[in-house]
Amino acid sequence: MSKQEIIETIKAKFAGVIEEVDDTLDLTVRIKKDGILDVCRFIHDTEGLDFDYLTDICGVDYPERQPRFDVVYHLYSIDKKHRIRIKAAIGENESISSVESVWKAANWFEREAYDMLGIMFDNHSDLRRILLPEDWKGHPLRKDYPLVTNVGEKWLEEKLRTHVPV
Amino acid sequence: MSEVQELIVNMGPQHPSTHGVLRLIVHLDGEVVTKVVPDLGYLHRGLEKLAENKTYAQFLPVTDRLDYLAAISNNLAYCLAVEKLLGLNVPKRASYIRVVLAELTRIVSHLVWLATHALDLGAFTPFLYCFRERELLLDIFESYCGSRLTTTAFRIGGVPKDIDNNIRQKIEEFINIFPSKLNEYESLLTNNKIWLERTMNVGVISAADAINYSLSGPCLRGSGVEWDIRRTEPYCVYNELDFSIPTGRGIGDTYDRYLVRLEEMKQSNGIVKQALEKMPEGKLMADDPRVVPPTKDKVNTTIESLIHHFHIMSEGFNPPIGEVYQSIEAPKGELGFYIISDGSPKPYRMKIRTPSFANLQVIGKMCENNTMVADVVAIVGTLDIVLGEIDR
Repeated sequence: MSKQEIIETIKAKFAGVIEEVDDTLDLTVRIKKDGILDVCRFIHDTEGLDFDYLTDICGVDYPERQPRFDVVYHLYSIDKKHRIRIKAAIGENESISSVESVWKAANWFEREAYDMLGIMFDNHSDLRRILLPEDWKGHPLRKDYPLVTNVGEKWLEEKLRTHVPV
Repeated sequence: MSEVQELIVNMGPQHPSTHGVLRLIVHLDGEVVTKVVPDLGYLHRGLEKLAENKTYAQFLPVTDRLDYLAAISNNLAYCLAVEKLLGLNVPKRASYIRVVLAELTRIVSHLVWLATHALDLGAFTPFLYCFRERELLLDIFESYCGSRLTTTAFRIGGVPKDIDNNIRQKIEEFINIFPSKLNEYESLLTNNKIWLERTMNVGVISAADAINYSLSGPCLRGSGVEWDIRRTEPYCVYNELDFSIPTGRGIGDTYDRYLVRLEEMKQSNGIVKQALEKMPEGKLMADDPRVVPPTKDKVNTTIESLIHHFHIMSEGFNPPIGEVYQSIEAPKGELGFYIISDGSPKPYRMKIRTPSFANLQVIGKMCENNTMVADVVAIVGTLDIVLGEIDR
């Protein structure tokens, strides 16, 4: 399927959900956040689209913008060999539906987005931090989180002070 | 009175068979594994945050530290992503040099995998054999770019150095002897009864599950899915080279993934041979003064070039506003860079999609169905993870 056909197929089903389409470099579709699970399930299940492979999920922070975050999904079809990027904007205290029910791989990618940017996912089976310690404060990939801090040292000091050997 | 209790074993982060600082919390019922929970992050260095604070050229050496066993692959994926963003055309010869080094890196990475995987499962000799050949390859990298592990072998827009006759000779010597060395490994393992017992029907994953869990590279092909980015979305000059994509016996167990990786080394060896033969003469860097600094001899002799060089190195270049995703078939699977540019010399956001991160996630699934505790070691080995690119 060509890029144009992919867009047409999704548009025919989800006319009200799609906000913007851009195919200058990679095919990118921006959708409303409430439609994410339906769109993902549709493009996963529909013959001809067959987006059966979740390449990546990540978050992007735009502190000056409302809503503040983008959640970016990179999808691929092993069978049809085409790619698509789906974006959904989400505000600071909002949450977005997890796509774990469509692709199991979403579990860790969404945990990472939560860990790094504090994006909340609904109906996620195990939404915990993945790279940073459980009791870490803040989300380092937010633009207002400084590059150089002493948070790490303070955290370690606290741990060493309160640590009781088993 | 007897009481049945679940035993929880903490494996790692300082355990020799976790291949780095991976921590696994293994729940046991006797010797049978009931649940495996990975705990990541011991090697987290915040590379994505760091990327937002460095210029595009400055970040290139940092990519070496992702998958430190295959640094050249990381360099390649990053350079290709930035080049796609800039719309740069890399000269043919540079692309061929990239392919040669990237395929040698694949062999290095697979050799380390085979060495450690076999060592974990009790075979000591392959470890010595593999590291013997790896040494030859690291010597080649050293004579090409001066370092053995953290190579930074490429530049945005091309390659910094030509493959001269001396290096070409070394590579040719290697690819001539390597097939016989592969036979040596095979004679030690492929029909070895202990090896078969330890790997067959261990860590089985079906093709459908493998796709659903976003496995890539040999882990996906071991399940019988013939998907290789070098074939489906050829980058560099892979569309001009002839190679086949091994898929194993189609069961998706540890032995299948072993067969796939061995055959891949053979294929890589063939690719290097073809690339050396087909390599055309030509330039090494793209022709774009906005991005590519002048050569060293010009910098040393003319003031204009010195200023030009200084300008690019200190301030960087301004790519167009936009975003790209570019991925390559790294030794461990799909390695992708997603770069968002706001037009400034530093990326606004860079997400690195690493194969090990996605591949490791399946460990819980693989350890289902009465896996024994000793097989966890085989499963960690067969996934071929590197914590540098999982934790980033």
